[in-house]
This record gives sequence, C-alpha cells and structure tokens, in this order.
Amino acid sequence: MKTGAKILIEGLQHEGVEVIFGYPGGAILPVYDELYNSRMKHILVRHEQAAAHAADGYARASGRVGVCLSTSGPGACNLVTGIATAYMDSIPVVAITGQVPTALLGNDAFQESDITGITAPITKYNYLVKDVADLGRVVREAFYISGTGRPGPVLIDLPKDIQNAGLADETPLPEHVALRGYQPTYRGHARQIDTALRMMAEAERPVIYAGGGIILSGASQELVELAERMGIPVTTTLMGLGCIPCDHPLNLGMLGMHGTCYANYAVTDCDLLIAVGVRFDDRVTGRIEAFAPGAQIVHIDIDPAEIGKNKPIDVPIVGDAKTVLQAMIQRMKPPGARGKWQDQIRVWKEKYPLQYREDGALRPQYIIRELSDLLKGEAVIVSEVGQNQMWTAQYFCFKKPRTWITSGGLGTMGYGFPAAMGAHFAQPEVPVFVIAGDGSFQMNIQELGTVAQYNIPVKVVILNNMYLGMVRQWQEIFYDRRYSYTELPSVEFVKIAAAYGIDGVRVETCDEVLPAMKLALDTDGPFVMDFRIEREENVYPMVPAGAAINEMMQGYMK
Amino acid sequence: MKAHTLSVLVENRAGVLSRVAGMFSRRGFNIESLAVGTCEVPDMSRMTIVAIGDDAEVEQIKKQLNKLVDVIKVTDITDVENVGRELALIKVNTEPGGSRAEVMQIADIFRAQIIDVAAKSLVLEVTGDSGKINALENLLRQYGITELVRTGKIAVVRGGKGLKSSK
Repeated sequence: MKTGAKILIEGLQHEGVEVIFGYPGGAILPVYDELYNSRMKHILVRHEQAAAHAADGYARASGRVGVCLSTSGPGACNLVTGIATAYMDSIPVVAITGQVPTALLGNDAFQESDITGITAPITKYNYLVKDVADLGRVVREAFYISGTGRPGPVLIDLPKDIQNAGLADETPLPEHVALRGYQPTYRGHARQIDTALRMMAEAERPVIYAGGGIILSGASQELVELAERMGIPVTTTLMGLGCIPCDHPLNLGMLGMHGTCYANYAVTDCDLLIAVGVRFDDRVTGRIEAFAPGAQIVHIDIDPAEIGKNKPIDVPIVGDAKTVLQAMIQRMKPPGARGKWQDQIRVWKEKYPLQYREDGALRPQYIIRELSDLLKGEAVIVSEVGQNQMWTAQYFCFKKPRTWITSGGLGTMGYGFPAAMGAHFAQPEVPVFVIAGDGSFQMNIQELGTVAQYNIPVKVVILNNMYLGMVRQWQEIFYDRRYSYTELPSVEFVKIAAAYGIDGVRVETCDEVLPAMKLALDTDGPFVMDFRIEREENVYPMVPAGAAINEMMQGYMK
Repeated sequence: MKAHTLSVLVENRAGVLSRVAGMFSRRGFNIESLAVGTCEVPDMSRMTIVAIGDDAEVEQIKKQLNKLVDVIKVTDITDVENVGRELALIKVNTEPGGSRAEVMQIADIFRAQIIDVAAKSLVLEVTGDSGKINALENLLRQYGITELVRTGKIAVVRGGKGLKSSK
C-alpha cells in the first residue's frame, strides 16, 4: 500500500526534483510527513509568494522545472502572484497545493479555496486530483506540460484524503506522456524557412529581434552564429538579455520603452525584421502601427497563437527556436553587402550612446556599471521591478543566457529577492546578486529570514532613493511632479539585516561602492548593501506610452 | 464581423466547459452560442461554438482554443457545406376557441410539435436554423410568449466524412 503523499514524493523524485520551496499547513500535512523521509531539499520560506518566486528563479537559472508547495486556502492563494509571474514569462513551475478533503469540496470548509478555478487563467494547465489512482500519472503529465512546448506553470491541487488514501495496485508509470490535446510543434516548416532565408539574404537593412524564447529554448549559440554568418544586427527584449553577449559587435542592446536609441532607430528603419521567441509586447513596440513600419516580418515562435496576435506577419514559422535556427544555419545562403546599413548603425551608436551624468554624485547607473565591471558577466543578476530593473537592463553587461532573471511580463515587485534564492540552488557556484529598489525589497523583505536560516549567499544591492522611483518618474513627467503617495521614509536596511544576523553596509559615496561590493563577494553568506542614490534620477531614454519607439525622450546628454 | 461556426472536440472531463468559456471572456471574444454534449467517441465531447469577429479575431479564437490542453481539435466549418440546427421550446399564451387554433396553424406551417397543452397555453418544440426559429418567435410574440428556451446551434459537415479527432 502506498499513500497519495508517497506517490507524490516518489513522483517528484522520479522527475529529478532537487529542491522544493514551500510552507506547510493543515491540508498538506501528509505530504510534509512524507517529505520528512525524503532526500529532496526543502526550503522553508517566510511567505508562500516567495516559494512560487523561488521556484521560478530556480527554473530560470537552471532551465529545469521549479517546484513550490503550500497548504490550501490562504497558502494556495498566496502562490497566485508567483504563478501569474511565471505564466507571463513562460517559466516552467509545478505548484502543489493541499486542499480540503474531497467530501468537503465546495462546502466553504476551513481554509478552502477553489485554487484550480482561481489559477485557470494563469496556469498552462491545472489538476484537482479526486482519485489517488490518477496521481502518479498527473505528476508525470504536470512536469511534461510545464517543461515542454511553450513552458508555463502547472498546478496540482491535492485534497487531504487523497494524500492519505492508500493505493494497493501498483501500476507502473508510463515512460512517455501522450496527450492528444497537447502536441507542440518543434520543427519549422521547411518552405517557410527557405522563404525567410531568401528574404534575409536579400534584405538591405535587416534586424533580428530576439526574446525570452531564445533563452528558454537554449538557442543562444545558434542565434549568434546565424547573426554572424548573415551579418545581421540583434536587438533583444528585456527577457532576451544575455542571448547575445552585450559586447558583441552585432548587439544593439535592448529595444522598446527604455531601450537604446540605436536599437529603436534600427527597428524603425529596417526593411526586414526577424522576430524570434518574442511576442510583440506593448512595452517593446510602443504604438504598434509605427513599429517596424516599412519592414517585412518573419516571426519564429513555438506558440502559434503568438504569431499575428499583435501585428500582421509576412512569414510565420511555428517551431522551437533552437530547432528552427539550426535548420536556418544549415540552409542559409550568403547575404549581399550591407555596408551602408552597418555604417548607419555605427553612426547611431556613436551619436546616441546610453549615458548619465558623471559628476561624482552617487547615481544608480554608476553602481550597476561598477558591479558589471567587477563581476565580468560571471554572476546571476536578479532584479526587482521598476527603475532598478531598467538601469540593470541598460548598464549591466550580460554575456551568457540564464544569468539575468527578471519579471518581465507581469512586472512583479517583490519578485527579485525570493527568485534570487531559487537561482542560487540552480547555480550554487556562481555569485547571485539582487538589484532592488527600496520599495520592491520591502515587498518580500521577510525572506531575510530564509536566507539567514539556510545561509543562502544572496547579495542584495538596494538602490535606495526613498521613492517608488518609476512611479515617481511618471508623476514627474506626466503628472506635473505631483508625487502622490510615492515617497517612502528612510529605512535602515543594514539594521534590519543585522536583526536577522546578516551583514551589510550603507554606501553614500562613489568611492565606497567598489569596496562594498568586494566585501559582499568576500562574505560567506547573504549580504545587504544599502546604496543611498540620487533621489530623483530618471531612466532614459524613455518612450512615452502610446508613442512610436523612435520618439524617445532623452535625458542627460554630454 | 461575421459569425463563425466552430466544431470543437474536447476531453469529456470536469471543468472543460469552464476553461473554454473562461478563455472567451478573459480575452474579450464574443460568443453567440455554445452547445456541448457527448459525441461518437466515448470519452470526448463535441462543442459547437458560434463566435463573432473579424478574420484576425476568429483566427486568434481558434489558436487560443487549440492551446487549451483539453481541446483536441478545432474545425471552422463556416465555409464548409454543413447543416446547422437549433432546438427551441416556446410557451405561448392561447385562448381556447380563439388564438389557440391560430397558434396551432402556425406551428403546423413551421413543422413545430405541440408538446404540452394547458387551459391557456401551448408549448411548441421547433428545430431549424436560427433564421427559422427567429421567424417563428416573431410570429408568436403577438400572442404573448411566457417562456422561451433555445439550445444554441449544433452543426455537422455534409457528406460521409467525419471530423477527425487528431490535432
């Protein structure tokens, strides 16, 4: 006889799960009792939202499925923001929730919530298991659905009586999962690929627009090889940073609302846009009619529903980015000369570099640049959301995929710190830095307890301007500097860290920046840096909402 | 904007209807009718969905339906030769000796069945395409319709071939 709880734990082990982020409670007790015997690592977070974010961070840094665990009702509901974050960025996470016993389902029982109903719009799929005989198969399917095709979160809701129910008949699990309603397309259509390649060879001003799909599919190497052999410049979305080394001559940096001028100009002027693993998000495209207005568009994506969703596409290619790019490299034809286009891009790069005022004041861009120079790309950088995120995206030099972790689609403040805990378990040998604002950090600051308990060496960089900075920036520009509820009082983060037994420093001048970072690196365990930055520093360039992406507002220019 | 008839094979499982309906409301798609029931394959159901939108919108609806794990196959039969039918039950006020005979005559013309007779009312059962049912409804309105139920359209493609159940 095997209980449901045991079937679940064995199922997780069978899927190769190394670490679970979770928080126990009444309706998940049988699973926790079984977990007590298991060799899998369990990290006790301080709030279930952090468990979901940590599982997501683990998934992004490792490329594997992350797992989080909670009880029913409030525990399950607290996972929701984390699940939605993973869903919007297509991150493979399996969330397991306890549920009231089946006899009480629908009864408004204590700590009951309809979590499969609540998460239907924010999961790739979810299960409410009502028969213990289904559980083994459900666990297999959940991991399969979560990690294949366009990845995404899957939730398994497990009533307490199913966790306790015994199953005598031990039918072995199927080796392969077969679902007649779920069959992702991996190989692109050969004729479509040839059409795209012909256009790429003939185009005079082509640009590749690469996104998170490249990272998810592990296609960075293929992307760079194709770009080099075809001589096509590459701009990346926020989610795609790291898929081409930032210092690569063909790299244009990020495009969109806070993208580089040269990326936005290149996309606006191009005659062929090759979009790979992207979804034409409004933060990227600005006014959609004015996005790449004169270009023919090739769109490669594993999700057919993304193709043509926001913008008509000339050559759609449904398939996995890596598989399609490999096929393209094999079948490509040499391109014509593109000297004029390369010259034009060089002129834009020289004329409109990313820049900020270097006057000795402690500015966030300087801090990110120092960190970038110190780490040389050999670190995992996790951001919160807001100005801290955009400055990091602009000024940190990412050299490899899966070294940049950020909540792009949902834009979840409070994501970064717990996601960094997850990232550490994925890449334990590599330093993990969180770039936070004082606002974001305080949304999941309780996780200082978790990093202290397990000595998780997450280094926290707080860009502390005592504002909800990005909102304040919009109020400054669009609301006549009426700072309605965006000012935060000063917080002594070093003292808070100390209360948890964590070391930290407060930094107020530029010459203290590097020593603080070196101290953080030399410290065995977590570390908090409270950088008191220029309070009203803004993120530039900036495309106002509703404008075309070449209509950028410039900040400071030399 | 055009009405599209989609024939959708789905897993016959709890929660599938809510996943499909939820996708429509969440993404702001317009649904005219949705009828669902078991079909020739034992563990599947077939939905007939009438959705309204321009070409791009209907394309998105089909793709988003296909993305649902419980959806096995989506076929747009709008431009294929098909027969579509709807069933309606209509309760009409009648006066014995007066309007009752007229209503019965109308029912006869529309080949509607009278399935219940009471002192002052009749219940008509009618099948047909939406146009026919609308026409009957309009004619009966003058007598006073106290209750009307429609199933929503169901449809099959003409000819010997069935809609295959693979994606």
